[in-house]
Amino acid sequence: MAKVTVDGIEVEIANGSSVLQAAEAAGKEIPRFCYHERLSVAGNCRMCLVEIEKVPKPVASCGQPVADGMVIFTDTENVRKSRRGVMEFLLINHPLDCPICDQGGECDLQDEAVSYGRDTSRYEEGKRAAAQPDWGPLVKTTMTRCIHCTRCIRFSTEIAGVPELGATMRGENMQVGTYVDKALSSELSGNLIDLCPVGALTSKPYAYTARSWELRKTDSVDVLDAVGANIRIDARGAEVLRVLPRLNDDVNEEWLGDKSRFSVDGLKRRRLDRPWLRENGKLRAASWEEVFAAVTNKIKASKPERLGAIAGDLVDVESMLALKEMFTSLGSPNLDCRQDGALFDATQRGFYLFNTTIAGIEEADALVIIGSNPRHEAPVLNARIRKRWLAGHFAAALIGVPHDLTYPTTHIGSGPDAVTALLDGTHPFAEVLKAAKKPMLILGAGALARPDGAAIHAAAWKLAAQFNMLNDDWHGFNVLHHAAARTGALDIGFLPGPGGKSTAQMLAGGVDILWLLGADALDTQAIGADTFVIYQGHHGDAAAARADVILPGAAYTEKDGTYVNTEGRVQQGFLAVKPPGDAREDWRILRAISAYMGHALRYDTLQELRAHLAQTYPAFALTGELRRLAGANLAAPAGDPAAVSAVPFEPVFDNYYQTDPISRASPTMAACVEAHYPNLAEAAQ
Amino acid sequence: MNANIEPTDFVFDAAAEAAVAKAIARYPAGKQASAVMALLDIAQRQMERLTGTAWVPRLAMDVVAQRLGIAPARVYEIATFYTMYNTKPVGKYHLQVCTTTPCWLRGSDEVVSSCKKVTGIEGFGQTSEDGLFTMTEVECLGGCVNAPILQINDDYYEDLDAARTEALLNELKSGAPLPPAGSSIGRQASAPVTNQTALLNNTKPVE
Repeated sequence: MAKVTVDGIEVEIANGSSVLQAAEAAGKEIPRFCYHERLSVAGNCRMCLVEIEKVPKPVASCGQPVADGMVIFTDTENVRKSRRGVMEFLLINHPLDCPICDQGGECDLQDEAVSYGRDTSRYEEGKRAAAQPDWGPLVKTTMTRCIHCTRCIRFSTEIAGVPELGATMRGENMQVGTYVDKALSSELSGNLIDLCPVGALTSKPYAYTARSWELRKTDSVDVLDAVGANIRIDARGAEVLRVLPRLNDDVNEEWLGDKSRFSVDGLKRRRLDRPWLRENGKLRAASWEEVFAAVTNKIKASKPERLGAIAGDLVDVESMLALKEMFTSLGSPNLDCRQDGALFDATQRGFYLFNTTIAGIEEADALVIIGSNPRHEAPVLNARIRKRWLAGHFAAALIGVPHDLTYPTTHIGSGPDAVTALLDGTHPFAEVLKAAKKPMLILGAGALARPDGAAIHAAAWKLAAQFNMLNDDWHGFNVLHHAAARTGALDIGFLPGPGGKSTAQMLAGGVDILWLLGADALDTQAIGADTFVIYQGHHGDAAAARADVILPGAAYTEKDGTYVNTEGRVQQGFLAVKPPGDAREDWRILRAISAYMGHALRYDTLQELRAHLAQTYPAFALTGELRRLAGANLAAPAGDPAAVSAVPFEPVFDNYYQTDPISRASPTMAACVEAHYPNLAEAAQ
Repeated sequence: MNANIEPTDFVFDAAAEAAVAKAIARYPAGKQASAVMALLDIAQRQMERLTGTAWVPRLAMDVVAQRLGIAPARVYEIATFYTMYNTKPVGKYHLQVCTTTPCWLRGSDEVVSSCKKVTGIEGFGQTSEDGLFTMTEVECLGGCVNAPILQINDDYYEDLDAARTEALLNELKSGAPLPPAGSSIGRQASAPVTNQTALLNNTKPVE
């Protein structure tokens, strides 16, 4: 520890910290453009100048390590004068286009110019011109505004692992760009917009839409993958305009995947904003009364064991609990949340959670990925693995489709039989795992949605047990889900009850009435022609087209909802805007219809529902926090590890950008598919 | 092969491969990326050998990146940063005129106007119509003692004035090979123009 004095305040700080960090520890704010705590230090903007006793010249505090006894001044006349000088140079080539710049109002340069800028410019020569390269459908470039802080270059190289950006040319001609015009091939490219301290990189879909001070900001949780990234929803009036990441070091740090960030324009399109009823083969608009009556009559006329419900990927826990309890009171055991048809032992929480936790990845020293592409299924989590790899002494192996995961992996095999090769020790990576102190494995949820899913589950657990992954203080067995609703659904047991039917059995004519709660990822063609389908959801996607009754629900931005991420972390999102038209929050619809049927659920408010939830399932008592499970002395899940087949794993998604009803309705995501998967876009047309 | 378009393919030829292997071998294992500048130079010289114009096409940068296992963007950064790598085709003779203060004081403006006059080039960065000459303005070449300097391809031509520059370029234009490099007034290395002024008597150094 070094003891330093900042403006007369004594602070103790770890050796190797920078002067800037010491100043922050003392509560002094240092202006900066290029410095970012999650990126390497560049030291090229010179805005963070401070004075240090016995040093003749001002020092860039971001790159200067502290020394014991250092006396630092952050606010002397000399410091202010130096920063004013830096600011004047930065503004020489910066255009005066703040009134038409999307960064206006949330621009670091604008803010610092208030403190350190001159009232007028002394520069009379021509300003630098710059080409406006095309970086794809998400990031809009205005390179005349660039101040060459190189944050975007460092982010894409270090965090995203896609080193496509560089600073070409030199001096005044320096250009930040890709040199060859191309769309950025990262799933995290939206973060460049947040990182850019000026308006050089702004959001293309959000261009000229709103000013930051017009927006109503609501904290929420992302549901487009199972990471549960913390987000802030910015809305104006009844419209969600953008989604930004919120800081949470345990989950997403401060990053957000492009799908989660840019899909919001899908929330305005293809919405179900009123109830619909199928009459004579055609859907017609109906009133809530009519659809309630239709549903009640149908259900009353049917036997309870011929009723079935399937929960989708984006649904909140409250709605699923309400649906489950309604079905239980009707006497039906036919419930399933695994619309992908996965069949595996979910009797213990540890069997289906990401037990190591996302932050825990940083402790691991070896990793086996089985049947998953974390870069597409959970880009933020993949960035965490890359962060671990960058720190060194980390070996990763992959079983499944080979991908560029932004860190090197040893490809062990394409099918689950490769797990056997590790168990037998016939593959050299087994030695690496044996030598590792904290090895972990990631089992993709997609790998479980196969006929031999239970066997793969058991084989992966056996691998974990054999290679020291299950200890008192370390749980290295992880299931990576790709559906935000799945963990919560498994937690509340949204699964077939005694004698109940699974998704496949329900689809294959096992039920007469099928209630789809936002379930869009199943094969609607497989639903029997005689099955009466009730679709409750927010988008007119595949399942709504098949439905006989449509109950318009709320999207994740339009309701207070609880979601459990793949780690088992219970998080709450808040209502940012009201659902459109006649659409209502899903649990309310279920509460109302249950009363209509004479089986009224016993909660009238969300608070009562949540209290009931926490009481019935203790895991929900703790919100936001996460207790890591110990891995020692656990019984193995059911399934025969030897029964795995040699059929190669297949990717869960054919592309990253369109995977759910919201992103499928989003024009921005469609543009991304066109840019990154031209073959798919062509096939869709 | 038309020298003025981006080639469709770039591979190091046998001569270049030998140089590449030598350059990479200079650095310890795992630090091959250090050879990037040498490899770019080898690529530029190969282009000169094969097409008559010394430049590094983007394809060649990609080949260098692949060979060294680094991101292409890192190679683009280096190739565009250093002015000695030409990212666009240049003429057979690349006239690099130094216009920094010492050369300018000693008459680099004359050299520039002579270059323009002989080659028909109107400004820096342009190539003459016959494709023989490209004129580039460069910063200090470090030959200030013999200013003004004109660097043609790899060689320095020193102590130039308008007439001698014109004579030199006309010679090149007529198809003659590059004359010996160095001072155009017969000065020995960087000795004083007014002949030797110091150490005139052969006194032995004091012991």
